[in-house]
Amino acid sequence: MGKKMTILTKGLIKENPVLVLLLGTCPALATSTSSINGLGMGLAATAVLICSNIVIALLKNIIPDKVRIPCYIVVIAGFVTIVQLLLQAYVPSLYKSLGLFIPLIVVNCIILGRAEMFANKNSVADSALDGIGMGVGFTLALGVMGAIREFFGAGTLFGFAIYAGHIDPMGIFMLAPGGFFVYGILVAAVNHFSANGTKKKSFSCDECPLFNACTLKEDEELRVKVEQKGAEA
Amino acid sequence: MENEKKVYDKLLVTSAPHIVSSIDTQKVMANVLVAMAPALAVGMYVFGMRVIALTLVCVIASVGFEWIYNKFMKKQQTAGDLSAAVTGVLIAFNVPSSLPLWIAIIGCFVAIIIVKQLFGGMGRNFVNPAITARIVLFVSFATQMTTWPLPSMAPVTDATTGATPLGLWAADKSVDTMSAVTNNEMFLGFIGGCVGEVSAFALLVGGIYLIWRQIISPLIPACFIGTVFLFALATSGSFDMAIFHVFAGGVMLGAFFMATDYVTTPMLPIGKIIFGVGCGILTMVIRIWGAYPEGVSFSILLMNIVTPLIDKFTIEKLYGGVKKNEKK
Repeated sequence: MGKKMTILTKGLIKENPVLVLLLGTCPALATSTSSINGLGMGLAATAVLICSNIVIALLKNIIPDKVRIPCYIVVIAGFVTIVQLLLQAYVPSLYKSLGLFIPLIVVNCIILGRAEMFANKNSVADSALDGIGMGVGFTLALGVMGAIREFFGAGTLFGFAIYAGHIDPMGIFMLAPGGFFVYGILVAAVNHFSANGTKKKSFSCDECPLFNACTLKEDEELRVKVEQKGAEA
Repeated sequence: MENEKKVYDKLLVTSAPHIVSSIDTQKVMANVLVAMAPALAVGMYVFGMRVIALTLVCVIASVGFEWIYNKFMKKQQTAGDLSAAVTGVLIAFNVPSSLPLWIAIIGCFVAIIIVKQLFGGMGRNFVNPAITARIVLFVSFATQMTTWPLPSMAPVTDATTGATPLGLWAADKSVDTMSAVTNNEMFLGFIGGCVGEVSAFALLVGGIYLIWRQIISPLIPACFIGTVFLFALATSGSFDMAIFHVFAGGVMLGAFFMATDYVTTPMLPIGKIIFGVGCGILTMVIRIWGAYPEGVSFSILLMNIVTPLIDKFTIEKLYGGVKKNEKK
C-alpha cells in the first residue's frame, strides 16, 4: 500500500513533471496566461495521460519493442481526439483559448515520457495511479503559474478583478518573458523547499529524479559491480 | 639558524597580482556619477523639477533594494559601493520624466533584485540591469513609457506631450524631420524624450570625461556611434540624416553609459569592436525596419546576451600555446 501511495504522490512535488523533471515546458509556458486556461490544459492532459497509461500498460506485452513509439502515439492521439471533441462540445470558450495546444497534447513529453518510462514496465493499476499523480502535478503547476501570471499580468484571478481598473497590471507577465520568469522562480522555489535542508554537492545518480527510468542506471550498476570486484581483488 | 627562521617568517608568499592600485568599485562608480551630472542637469533644465524627484526615487529605491536583499540573504553589504546608485540614475535617465513613481520603483526592483542579485550580485549579472529594467517597463507599461512631456522651451500650446524626433520619423519616414527639429536642437537637447537621452552634447562631455579618467575604453562607443552613422548614411544617402540618427534617441546614452558596462561586454579589444558594431547595426535595423521607433536598448540587451560567445571566439592564443587545429 505504501508503494502505491508513493506512486500516486510522487508526481505532486518530488517528481513534479513540470517543475522537477522539466518536461512539458512548451504547453506550460504557452497556456498558463490565466488560471482557468492553465487548469483547463492541465485537466485535459491529465485525462489523456490516465487513459493512455492504462491502455499502454494493458498492451505492453503485445506492442513490438521496435515500433513502440508510433504505437504509443496512435493510442495517445486517439484519446486526444476524444478530449478535443468533448472540449469543443461542452466548453467551447476554453477550447478556443487553448487552440492549437489541445492537438499538441499528442506530442506532450509528459504523456509520451510516462508511457515510455512507466506504463510499459508496470502493472495497469500502478500505471493508472502514476497517470493520476503526474496529471495532478502537471495541473497544479500550470494552475499556480496561470494564477501568478494572471494576477500580475491582468490584475484578475479566475476572471474576477482583483485590482484591474485601479492599477495598471504589468503586461509582460502575459507574454513569453513573463512566462519564463514565473517558471524559473517556481522551479527555484520547488528546488529550495524540496532539498530538505541539505545542499546538493554532486550530481550523482542517487539524487536524480529520473534515476528509475534512466538508461545510465545499468551503467551505474555495472560500475558499482566493477568497483566491488576491484575492492575484492 | 634561529635568525634565519625569523627572516623566513616574515617572507610573505602570495599569488599575483602583487601591485594593487587604489581604484575600487566605489571610485569607478563615483566617476560614472560625475560623468552623468551634465546630462542630468540638462534633463532638469528641459523637463523641470520632476526630474529631481524621479532621479531621487530611483536612486533611493535601487540602493534600498540592494540593502534589503543583502540584509535578508545575509550577504556582504554592497549597498554603499555606489553601483546601485548608478543603476538608479540610469533607470531615471531611461524613462520619460512624467513616469508615475511607482512604475519607476518596479523598474528598480527588476534591475537590482531580478537582474543583478538573483544572478549573484555585483559582477555576475549577465545583462545590463538598467537596460533590462527599461525594456520590462516598456513592454509592461507601454502607454506611460511612451508619453513624452514637451520640453520647457517648446512654443506654448495647450499640448503637454508630443512625439520624439525619432517617433515623428518612424511614423512617416518620408517626412522631413529637419523642419520640425534641427540637428542643432537635438545636439543641445531641447527635444522630447527620456530624461537623460535628450542632450547629445551633455552625454558627449560625460563620455569624454570617462574616457579621460580611463574608466571606459573608447572602442565600444566609437564603434557603436560610427556604425550608426555609416549605416544611416548608407541607407538614406543624406549627411544630415546620418547626424540625426546619431543624436536622436538613446544612441549617445547607450554607447557611453550602458554599452560600456564591464560585466556584460567583451573583455578583449577585438571583442569590443564586434560588440560596438553589432549594437550599431541592430539599432539601425530596428529603427528602419522594426516595429519600434527606437532600438538602442534592445540592441544592447541582445549584444549583452551574445557577449560570452564573442569572448569565446576572440580569445587570444598565448605565445607558445597550442596551434590552431593541433591536438594537445
